[in-house]
Amino acid sequence: MKLHEYQAKEIFARYGIPVRNGTVIERPEQLDGLEIPYPLVLKAQVLVGGRGKAGGIKLAATPAEAREKAAQILGMTIKGETVRRLLVVEAAEIGAEYYLAFTVDRAARRLVAIASAAGGIDIEDVARATPEKIVKHHVDPTAGFHPYNAREMGRALGLGGKHLLQFAAIAHGLWRVCTEMDAELAEINPLAMVDGSLLAIDAKLIIDDNATYRHEGLPRNEELTELEALAKSQDLACVELDGDVAIIGNGAGLVMSTLDAIAHFGGRPANFLDVGGGATTENMAQAMSIVLRKSGVRALFVNIFGGITRCDDIARAIAAQPPAVPMVVRLTGTNEDEGRAILEAAGIHALTDPESAAREAVQLAAGAR
Amino acid sequence: MAILVNERTRVLVQGITGYQGEFHTRRMIEFGTKVVSGMTPGKGGQTAAGVPVFDTVSEAVAQTGATASCVFVPARMAKDAALEAVASRLDPIVIITEHIPVHDSIEMVAAACAAGVRILGPNGPGVASPGRCKIGIMPNHLFSPGGVGLVSRSGTLTYEIVAGLTQAGLGQSTALGLGGDPVVGLTFQEAVALFAEDPETQAIVLVGEIGGSAEEEAARFIKAAVRKPVVGYIAGRTAPPGKRMGHAGAVISGSEGTAQAKIEALEAAGVSMVALPARVPEVLRGLL
Repeated sequence: MKLHEYQAKEIFARYGIPVRNGTVIERPEQLDGLEIPYPLVLKAQVLVGGRGKAGGIKLAATPAEAREKAAQILGMTIKGETVRRLLVVEAAEIGAEYYLAFTVDRAARRLVAIASAAGGIDIEDVARATPEKIVKHHVDPTAGFHPYNAREMGRALGLGGKHLLQFAAIAHGLWRVCTEMDAELAEINPLAMVDGSLLAIDAKLIIDDNATYRHEGLPRNEELTELEALAKSQDLACVELDGDVAIIGNGAGLVMSTLDAIAHFGGRPANFLDVGGGATTENMAQAMSIVLRKSGVRALFVNIFGGITRCDDIARAIAAQPPAVPMVVRLTGTNEDEGRAILEAAGIHALTDPESAAREAVQLAAGAR
Repeated sequence: MAILVNERTRVLVQGITGYQGEFHTRRMIEFGTKVVSGMTPGKGGQTAAGVPVFDTVSEAVAQTGATASCVFVPARMAKDAALEAVASRLDPIVIITEHIPVHDSIEMVAAACAAGVRILGPNGPGVASPGRCKIGIMPNHLFSPGGVGLVSRSGTLTYEIVAGLTQAGLGQSTALGLGGDPVVGLTFQEAVALFAEDPETQAIVLVGEIGGSAEEEAARFIKAAVRKPVVGYIAGRTAPPGKRMGHAGAVISGSEGTAQAKIEALEAAGVSMVALPARVPEVLRGLL
């Protein structure tokens, strides 16, 4: 789960990382009476990246300008996300910009600390163009990350004196944020020199969804679309896509390969929906009602390989409420014969070969266009 | 021979008294697996699925000679269960449980590496050597013994391809799923290395998916060290960046982890790539 900048900054501050908390507003009028000196910065609070380039961060020198710009940003849409809140902070005179983060290195199967003296811009571009400007430290899980590790990283960035000590305190604080908050990513970009001291200008924190139970009082941010949220509330994994063939399958890998098969034959999937292992008749009925709710769906493709999931349970849901759009069912595995019989009784013929089923689903969608 | 598990493997099931634990223990026994003991704290002295249950792993190992473990323990207790298995040097430790926090997985995997034992998973279907031993939840009837080694990240997609192989008369030496989480124990490269050295395995099938760089690392290894034919398939070609495709690990971030990059790396290593999983058997037959 991604946190908003203002939420992440509150947490960072608890760990001694220097931030300017600022004030969160939802209407331009709320700027009146704020005790923040001008010039100030208005920052859109959205979970998607790239808000700066999209015009979601603006500087204002006077109260009139601030109100005008706040009105512009509030309500704008950035990559599909509507801006509902602004973080208002005192503008900072920024000197050198650094990058600092802790994240999971999947290949190393460890946490990794990443720092760079070339902060402020897309760190992936820096890593690609000038990898020598990136300092990395893989954290041995049995040893942990200590202040001396942080100082070594600071030295590698060329820091000395009080700036080195400031950097080490910030890096060690960020390590504690990452491990104590179960973060997948804890990032400061830029970590900037302001009035001779290091200050976290931005804050990014992504908490592992599987670990939120360990952290009371976390906000509940939702990046999901309405349909995706509905699916999640029923323990179904759904991702909306922009095509017209609705997809239901069991198991993430199988569903991904089903999307690929639809695309391979020239079709466009409308969604990814995994009913999961051991799906019941009720789960399947819910899955159908969710994917068919999406506008523009012209065909439904159900691809089930029964393992723990039983084909007869799936068939019962389909037979009870056949969809209004054309449908192809591919059914094989556990209790296949029973499932097939239930569907035949409802006038539905199930296929066994996944390729010909995908081809037929694409043709049905094209025919319905 | 086969890899990881065989007729000498003696299995302990952790969390055997739960619904999934007991159900799949029965299926493992039907497969021919030597399940010698179960373990659930507080239920020592009982029996489940016909095998004795112990309170601790060390007691189970001392009294039944277990050599490997299968973990069905819920996510919140799974790290503790895995560390207990590591402490008794069980190998492999197959973790079926999904939704384990990634910081827990990092700790478990590090402990296993330090102890010199292998974790398979978490969030995987397990491993099966047909005719010998299965640890995990893969459906029994799909398999037939033979010379194809299959390694995959996912569950049902593995079943799909194993079923296709069996139908085409291509039996398997061992089939295993690595797990769909961002951090897992055994890697593609390690699995491929085991298959490369296994005299019974004549060809290897590698089924990857978007996210991470494990397939690319396996490609480098294959190019340098594998002389057996390898067929590959990558799921998730049509997945948009930044979206989580069910598996927590299946998400493309920036330029990393795309299907295209993986397909190119594997093709450059001499792997025969297929566009659809159902095409694995015919391509494989052409290489044998």
